[in-house]
This record gives sequence, structure tokens and C-alpha cells, in this order.
Amino acid sequence: MIALINYGAGNLTSVRKALASLGARVTTPRTAADLRWAHGVIVPGVGNFAVTAALEPNWRTAILAHVDRQLPLLGICVGMQWLFDGSEEAPEHPGLKLLSGTCRLFPSEEPVSNHGDVRPGENAGVTTTGRLKVPHVGWNSLHLVKRSWLLDGIADGDQVYFTHSFAAPVTADCVGSTPYGVNFAAAVERDNVAGVQFHPEKSSNVGLRILSNFLRRVS
Amino acid sequence: MYLTARTTTFLFPMLSKRIIACLDVRDGSVVKGIKFKGLQNAGDPATLARRYNREGIDEVVILDVTATIEKRKALAKTIHAVSREIFLPLCVGGGIRGESHAEAAIEAGADKIGINTAALSQPELISTLAGRYGSQAVIVAIDAKREDGRFKIYVRSGQQGTSRDAVEWAREAADRGAGEILLTSIDRDGTKLGFDCQLTAAVSSAIPIPVIASGGAGNFDHFVDVFTEGQADAALAASIFHYAEHSVEDLKTHLHERKIPVRII
Repeated sequence: MIALINYGAGNLTSVRKALASLGARVTTPRTAADLRWAHGVIVPGVGNFAVTAALEPNWRTAILAHVDRQLPLLGICVGMQWLFDGSEEAPEHPGLKLLSGTCRLFPSEEPVSNHGDVRPGENAGVTTTGRLKVPHVGWNSLHLVKRSWLLDGIADGDQVYFTHSFAAPVTADCVGSTPYGVNFAAAVERDNVAGVQFHPEKSSNVGLRILSNFLRRVS
Repeated sequence: MYLTARTTTFLFPMLSKRIIACLDVRDGSVVKGIKFKGLQNAGDPATLARRYNREGIDEVVILDVTATIEKRKALAKTIHAVSREIFLPLCVGGGIRGESHAEAAIEAGADKIGINTAALSQPELISTLAGRYGSQAVIVAIDAKREDGRFKIYVRSGQQGTSRDAVEWAREAADRGAGEILLTSIDRDGTKLGFDCQLTAAVSSAIPIPVIASGGAGNFDHFVDVFTEGQADAALAASIFHYAEHSVEDLKTHLHERKIPVRII
């Protein structure tokens, strides 16, 4: 059974529907204590990092206990950022600190130097004045960094759907990176703890494959 | 290791230009007219969405075309049927007049809300929705028509003119927290004469948020034009795809060959 944490950060409908299409049994536990029955936990999320304050302190404790039981955990978007030390977006709210590093804003003030033959304005990520557009919205490519159960069956360069302004650094836990002004961690994994910055539930077949890899890890 | 351009090479982003299929829905069926009139039936929304997903569409918009006029809510049933089967960003517009309508659409499975007439009459709705769901969930739709050398805004499904200028309103909408602008040329809608690239470029160069160009797609080169000359981040089309004259897959191959970054599946 998969526990999908509902902490008021965006709607869970899409994640629930995608998991249902893969045949998963999904519940949204009412209290943190209910997490003890879960085989896998998913922390979704969209919007500001400050929303994760709603996970304190009961959910944090229950999720850490779940990880201590060696059971799989998946963070999506803000849910992935929460796995790190924290984010510049809301420095007063600490992350879960399972992975080290701080999430930072994309460097929108840096002029984009022109590489290759694509000109500013002819690329969806650059403004007509040659600066990086923030938020990063749309389909971008996933580059495989190392062997991973989460990205099993995914090809280097497969595209996934992003919508965010802050991103996690590329560290030893990064299994998939994406270039957007800088390289950032699009997918992370350490043992049974995993996270994706993009929205697998909105990334068509590539996203469904990643969710099914998580479900396989759970069973 | 950190996200600062100073410590690492600044990478030119290859974010894909998006191709969006629009399903104009009335009474649960997809319809399509010319210049917002003479609606014809073009099939079942979920069936069409499934086909587009197979062919590699990047996003789907469901527009309840008669909702504002007949004062009906966006069709929750249609939203649910489409979002249950395809796992792509889904925007819903038409008849969203307040927070409760937006909430109903999001609960039925929409990721983004398109507001048009209501955004003009109550601009604070943009920031209210952006505050509640995030800017990425708020698309302000603008229907514009050339008049006296300017781009004038029309509301109520293109039936009522206003004194507002499209470029100036797009700027205000972005300031108020809109995440994207869906810009439709009424002059080109359904004509297959090509997108209005001048209109699109005028808006795109004035605001820092993505612009979705709409109205007039008739062949693949029209998409090339709107992504280069028009500076659009995404292009939306309906009739070019509905009757299976052209597949999304062939369009993407055409764009890829012309060095326009797109998602190829």
C-alpha cells in the first residue's frame, strides 16, 4: 500500500490517478501514525518550500521512521527539495536532511551566452533580452548520471515536465541531471530514498515508467 | 555544486517549445468553428486526447466554449475523463468566474486554470488564484483582434469588444501573478492562414512569462514561423489535429529538422 501525504500543497488528484492507472493501492493517511501501515510513502508538492512547514513535527517523525524501516520514499517537486537540508526560498524551514545540500533559485539575472545556432527568443527558456526565464516551465531532458533503480528503463535525453524556480544541487546522490542555465539535480536516490524535481504524473510514458519503478521497489 | 552561474559554466537551456492541443468542448463533445462561429462536432474529448498523447502532444487544453455565455461551469465530467487517461499537463478554461469554479476544475483533474472574461472584470482573481495554487496554475487567456493598428481585446468568447490593449493587459496580468499567457488571434482563428506572428511577438517581447500562441495554424511551417518570428514558447492548435489531417508526430519531426527544440518521443 502506498501512502500519499496530503499536507495541503497542491492537489493530489493527478498523482493519485497516475498511480491508479498503474494498479497501485493508494491511501491518503489522515494522521501521521497511519504511516506505519504503508509500504511506500510519496510526498508530493507544488509551490513554495514554506508549505512543508505543515509536515512538522508529526509527519517528519513518521516519515523518518518509515525510512529507518528501509522502506521506499519518493519526493516529488517541493517534496524532493524537502529531502535536502533546506531551500533558500524559505530558510526558516529546515528540510528532512536525508540528503545534503541547499536548494537555490535559478540565476535569472545572468545573461545567457549564445552557444550553437539557437538565438534568444527562439528557445523556450530564454527571454528576448537574452536572460534565463524563471520559473523553469516545460519539457526538458533528463541526463543519466549513474545507475539507478528509479530511472531503470529511462533513456539518456528522455524529456520530462518541470515547473519550479528553485532547484537542488548536483551531489553524489544525483542520478539524473537537467541543464537549465546550470546543471541541477532532476532525480536523486540514496538507498530507498528517492526524489524527482519534475512531475512524473505529468510526464506521459516516461513519468509512468518512473512511478512504476518506484512501485516495483515497494513490492 | 551550487546553483550559481559564477562557479560553473552557464549552460544554454534547451527547453522544448511546446505543442498544445486544444479541445473546444460543448455539452461533452469537441466542437470547432471558424472565427469563433459555426461550431461543428469533432468527436469525443477522451478519445482525441488519447490519440494526441500517443502522437506526442506536450499539453492539453480543455476549453468550455459556451460556458461564459450560457453561464455553465467547466465540464467536470470531461476533465475527469481526460485526466484519468492521459498523464500530461491539463489546462481548463471557459466559464471560470471565481475561486469556486477554479477549485471544481482542479479537483476534477486540471493542473492549470485559464481565465479570460473574469480576469478582465475582476483582475484581483489572478492574484487570488496564484496565491492559492501557485502562478504555474494560472493562465490568463487573451482574445485579440486587429483594430486601428492596435491589438484590441475581445471578451465573452470573442463577442464583445473592449477598449483594452492586448500588450498592456498581458503586462498587467504577468505583474498580478499569471504564470502564462494564452494569446488567441480572433482574426486568424480557424482560418488556417497561419498564426498572427506580429501579435505574438509584440506580447512575448513585453513580458517575462511564457506565451502560448493560438489561432490560425494551417500547416507545419506556420509553427516554425510562430516559434521564430513570433517568439512563442508554445503553440496551440485544434482543427489541424482533430480531423487527422496532420499528426503531432510529423509536426515535431518537421520542427526538429528545422532546429527548433521539441520533445520527440
